[in-house]
Amino acid sequence: MAKISIRELNLYYNDHQALKSINLDVENKEIMAVIGPANSGKSSLLRALNRLYEIDYARITGKILLDGKDIFEIPINDLRRRIGIVFATPVVLPGSIRKNLSYGPKLHRRIGKSEVDDLVYNALTSANLWDEVKDRLEDSAARLSGGQQQRLCIARALAMQPEVILMDEPCSGLDPVSTAKIEATMLELKKDYTFILVTNNTKQAARVSDRTAFFLLGELIEIGKTQKLFTSPTDTRTDDYIRGRFG
Amino acid sequence: MTFRIGPRTSQIIAYTILLLMTVIVVIVLFFIIFYILKNGIGQLTLEFLTDKTREMGKEGGIFPSILGTIFITVFAILIATPLGVGSAVYLVEYTRGGMIRRIISFGADCLAGVPSIIFGLFGFIFFVITMNLGWSIVSGGLTLAVMIMPTIIRTSEEAIKSVPHTYREISYSLGGGKLDTIVRVVLPTALPGILTGVILGIGRAVGETAAVIFTAGSSLGLPTSVFSSTRTLAVHFYILAREGISMPKAYGTAAVLIIIILAINFIAYRLMHRFIARYY
Repeated sequence: MAKISIRELNLYYNDHQALKSINLDVENKEIMAVIGPANSGKSSLLRALNRLYEIDYARITGKILLDGKDIFEIPINDLRRRIGIVFATPVVLPGSIRKNLSYGPKLHRRIGKSEVDDLVYNALTSANLWDEVKDRLEDSAARLSGGQQQRLCIARALAMQPEVILMDEPCSGLDPVSTAKIEATMLELKKDYTFILVTNNTKQAARVSDRTAFFLLGELIEIGKTQKLFTSPTDTRTDDYIRGRFG
Repeated sequence: MTFRIGPRTSQIIAYTILLLMTVIVVIVLFFIIFYILKNGIGQLTLEFLTDKTREMGKEGGIFPSILGTIFITVFAILIATPLGVGSAVYLVEYTRGGMIRRIISFGADCLAGVPSIIFGLFGFIFFVITMNLGWSIVSGGLTLAVMIMPTIIRTSEEAIKSVPHTYREISYSLGGGKLDTIVRVVLPTALPGILTGVILGIGRAVGETAAVIFTAGSSLGLPTSVFSSTRTLAVHFYILAREGISMPKAYGTAAVLIIIILAINFIAYRLMHRFIARYY
């Protein structure tokens, strides 16, 4: 069974339709890349999956299933714990590194100090950040570099022990070294998590993903194994986009 | 040929004018503080600060007025801060912009501009007479609370509005509810701005005369409960000077008032900087 099944999904911001009858399955523990030019609905897709579109006052029709269960039947805080998200700009909350990591888990349950220690260690280790920050966990997270902040955001998502992690152009503001670190982190984490990676960087999609979906103006144009999609796409629009003819 | 001023010259002229304006502002401020301290500092003895007021203020100290000022101001702040911050949270987080928010904001702005003596009159009629609270710390505190509320609402509103939307998104995406988000993310982030409003409110309350003279009275006895009538430093100063009781004592009182206000500002800014240094 697919980890996430999307059926006939439409998403509207007032009159503007951002997603048009999307049907898509995301398999367990794969990295699915979502590519496409601006306004193609990539971010809207992510925001539909964890119901974050609701704070934008958007509305959707259609069905989204997580492990076969309708996401509207899952309590919203539980859904958002199971489906984490990392945004394009690294946004750290005011406060220490430690506080950033414990914020989410503390919303869901009472946890003691030693459990927080474990959680901080595990999340930072998984996000490849532990060695760089282990001596300053109590320092303000805002003092980290951009790349470190983004890995902290990944760690913050990991601290929730999610099943799926949505990545919304996570490397768009980062230098190549930081980008490489984040890609390496994703490949390591793939054994435990399912990723949906929205990216403007087709090369990044090719480097890390198992399958790639190409979106254009709110429609899913083509989906397939990454290698196949990049070498022999079936749709000419996909071909045009990955060859850089537009977008 | 027309006469033209070169960019370099105009730069120099603009710079000079702006510098001059700043200097004037600073000089006026320092002159006032200096003048009052110069005339009042001679009065500042331990006895003046801790003794009872005798012969209507001609003799003795100002201890009752110091207490009165503290009680009334603290009372007013304790009432106005939660109400003001609460309304600001409601306006920003629970109304989607729109008419309600504009009307309330407009009302708060108007209220902030109402002369304090009107608040005094209102407090006298409503708290002192209608609610039968008499001339008391309660009446004075409530009146001041109403008076400084608009300031606190407006500054808190701006502070809460300026919390980046992305912080809220992060909190929601981690499974936080609206209340979690407000209490744990929005308010701590907005705290420096909110504090600024509270400090402005304290400043207004401490220095207020007209609104309290009608509502707290001008009793010189030591307050024994929140229903005692009392006299604030500003009122004491006003009466001493206005009725020609004792100009030296009046300056002494003014000096204490100014020192208190400076101290509050100084402490508040230190606290704020410590807070900001810790979180950003």
